Amino acid sequence: MDEALLRTLTPKVLGILCRRGADFAAAEDAVQDALVEALRVWPSAPPRDPRAWLVTAAWRKFLDATRAETSRRRREDLADAEPEPGPASTVDDTLRLYFLCAHPSLTPSSAVALTLRAVGGLTTRQIAQAYLVPEATMAQRISRAKRTVSGARFDQPGDVATVLRVLYLVFNEGYSGEVDLSAEAIRLTRQLAAVIDHPEVAGLLALMLLHHARRVARTAPDGSLVPLAEQDRGRWDTRLIGEGIGILQAALARDRLGEFQAQAAIAALHADAPTAEETDWPQIVEWYDELTGLTGSPVVRLNRAVAVGEAEGAAAGLVALAELDPSLPRHTAVAAYLHERNGDLAKAAELYAEAARQAPNLPERDHLVKQAARLNSR
Amino acid sequence: MAKYLLLKHYCGAPAAVNDVPMDQWAPEEVSAHIQYMNDFASRLEETGEFVDSRALAPGGTFVRYDGEGRPPVTDGPFAETKDVIAGWMIIDVDSYDRALELAAELSAAPGAGGKPIHEWLELRPLLDESSGTTE
Repeated sequence: MDEALLRTLTPKVLGILCRRGADFAAAEDAVQDALVEALRVWPSAPPRDPRAWLVTAAWRKFLDATRAETSRRRREDLADAEPEPGPASTVDDTLRLYFLCAHPSLTPSSAVALTLRAVGGLTTRQIAQAYLVPEATMAQRISRAKRTVSGARFDQPGDVATVLRVLYLVFNEGYSGEVDLSAEAIRLTRQLAAVIDHPEVAGLLALMLLHHARRVARTAPDGSLVPLAEQDRGRWDTRLIGEGIGILQAALARDRLGEFQAQAAIAALHADAPTAEETDWPQIVEWYDELTGLTGSPVVRLNRAVAVGEAEGAAAGLVALAELDPSLPRHTAVAAYLHERNGDLAKAAELYAEAARQAPNLPERDHLVKQAARLNSR
Repeated sequence: MAKYLLLKHYCGAPAAVNDVPMDQWAPEEVSAHIQYMNDFASRLEETGEFVDSRALAPGGTFVRYDGEGRPPVTDGPFAETKDVIAGWMIIDVDSYDRALELAAELSAAPGAGGKPIHEWLELRPLLDESSGTTE
């Protein structure tokens, strides 16, 4: 039983049903029913053409459900609309599905859940587990999302930027259940890159690959954070780094810069440095300047202050930092680091402790507490 | 997509506006209060924002290790200044503003005279186990 194959086929089958005129929510239910049947039937009777099998099964489920709910006339209209068997343009269908699942009328968490279920083919239980919420909660979240987009026209061209944001949200969730959401986000972004030619899709894919390549080195065996400068670069996945850089270079060559390409360029400069000392900080600062121009994001300017601190010295970094709102997330942690580099260790210890109190997650909090303790126990 | 803990205090929090102990409410006021809580939880389940919720018995005890081979030390049942927590709920919401909105809604639960209690609820972000992926 090839579960990965089923997950790859899910969005294609769903797309075909929707193009044949099925309402999204009903089509999604029908595809889920067909998947359940496939899991039951395939082990003893593997189909010759899994995709055709699923399309047929899902379409039958859809018709059954429709028959139960609507008039005979409606059913016949739909049956008439069924196209002749033959090659179908699944490329466009899959793309539309991405757009629909990231519809702007959905909240970010609903868009994420719907994308993982409808495009990713994950079960509700797997998604619930990955996000540490009860299955009933996730089921409701998904069915609300389906109702929300049910009214949306399936042929409406969507917004690539929204799709990319949703995929990046999935990627950043990492993993907590049986599903590695970062790997899943990469799979979905690869699939998206295969059906749409867009430099920012390539930029996001490159960014994910470059981050993912360094993931195992980011945490020690006990789960604690390892800062970039202290990571064992021998554990970075050079194959993924090479792939990410290749994709990024092809995207940059098209001269349509976007925020994901710029972020990937920064990640590439880190990944390319043989040692932390050899990092090309001046060029990283330049990319942060580009990124600031593209997004105007205060978080980007905060990261830029760190890069300036490395490129031109901690004092320059503190000057860059002084222009920013102190209530920004991680502002205190950055201030602590720059003060330490600048030789003001007492101030740095105080700021590390304060940053630990503001930290958004356990590994970061523990890391910052240890930094404060390290300076206080000198 | 962040989880928050809503803590309901019996005492230890600032006094509620409609501050009448529950044992002095009319029985139907107690029922209305409980109904409100249950409705609130099921509505959050429908919106996909519910994670977990429990009521706690009031009689808490502080416990402490007192050395090898000795029984744990407790502060006894009648410590006076304890902060007592009545129950908690964990929600999973898209923004801090949404968490505030829900906490305010919970604080409006009906109390004595059928009027909202306006109790103070403590809202605490849960620390994630995962550090995400960005550096």
